[in-house]
Amino acid sequence: MRRTLLSLLIVGVVGLWLRPAVGVGLEEQTQLLAAELRCPVCQNLSVGDSPSEMANQMRELVREKLKNGESPEQIRAYFVSRYGEWILLAPIRQGFNWVAWLLPFGAILGGVGVIGFVVRRSVSKSRAPREAQLPPLDPRYASRLQAELKEWGQ
Amino acid sequence: MATWKKLIVPIAVTPILLLLAYGFKTNPREVPSPLIGRTAPPFALSRFDGGTTGLEQLRGKAVVLNFWASWCFPACFEEAPALEAAWRAYKDRGVMVIGVDIQDREADAKAFVERFNLSFPNGQDPQGKISIDYGVYGVPETFFINREGKIHYKHVGALTKQMLQGKIEEML
Repeated sequence: MRRTLLSLLIVGVVGLWLRPAVGVGLEEQTQLLAAELRCPVCQNLSVGDSPSEMANQMRELVREKLKNGESPEQIRAYFVSRYGEWILLAPIRQGFNWVAWLLPFGAILGGVGVIGFVVRRSVSKSRAPREAQLPPLDPRYASRLQAELKEWGQ
Repeated sequence: MATWKKLIVPIAVTPILLLLAYGFKTNPREVPSPLIGRTAPPFALSRFDGGTTGLEQLRGKAVVLNFWASWCFPACFEEAPALEAAWRAYKDRGVMVIGVDIQDREADAKAFVERFNLSFPNGQDPQGKISIDYGVYGVPETFFINREGKIHYKHVGALTKQMLQGKIEEML
């Protein structure tokens, strides 16, 4: 079960990473590329989502460049050469940027580890013999307990 | 609880908090331009007076390329007189001041030029090609292009007379 889930997760992540663009039309390609670029005006939106005039102009330029035969890589490189890496919504996978890519996975694994540790510790505690935690038997009841246990044994 | 157990969470969280604190201190509007020191992208600006001004024609001159809009208040309103004054003071010393109006209506742009009596060349960039080529993300932004055609400096926000004078003198 665990192996199946892990395999599915790996396939999903790799699939997203590769994102084949075979057979994608001009409009779709424009939208895909626009979704990767940050709107310089509404900086928390992509060029694909932003309603600003600048985003509109950038989308038109992307469409024109694709029509002229430029590849998505060339178009991305063009915008980076004009605005800097900041124009890409996803940081380029190099140098210090790897922190942004790997930290979330590290945090998830760390969190799972902590949860696992806490759960295992509480389970092992509940299985530990109870006698050590019980208070010593009151001597007034010791003889009565012995008698009643004998009765039950019969 | 052992001391190390008490410290685990603060120790783990501190680097992340420091990173966030550093991030919050940075201004998202102060994005360094990758064009500084590089050759200025060529452009052909259709002027309001009907002619065209291209960067190639200006080789050998120091160029002050100002991106503005009529709705850009108060910054563009504040710097317009300073730009006009700089143009009048330096035009005979091999300096060119050019205004590029972006994301604007032609009538409003022309009214702005008339309001401030701007005599340096101004024109519109209707499809945003010039502004995108220069990595403009807001107005006003001004590029100082030296005589060799390289971008010497980029200023974001309103320019004062002193700033203009200083940057132009650096290029002469």
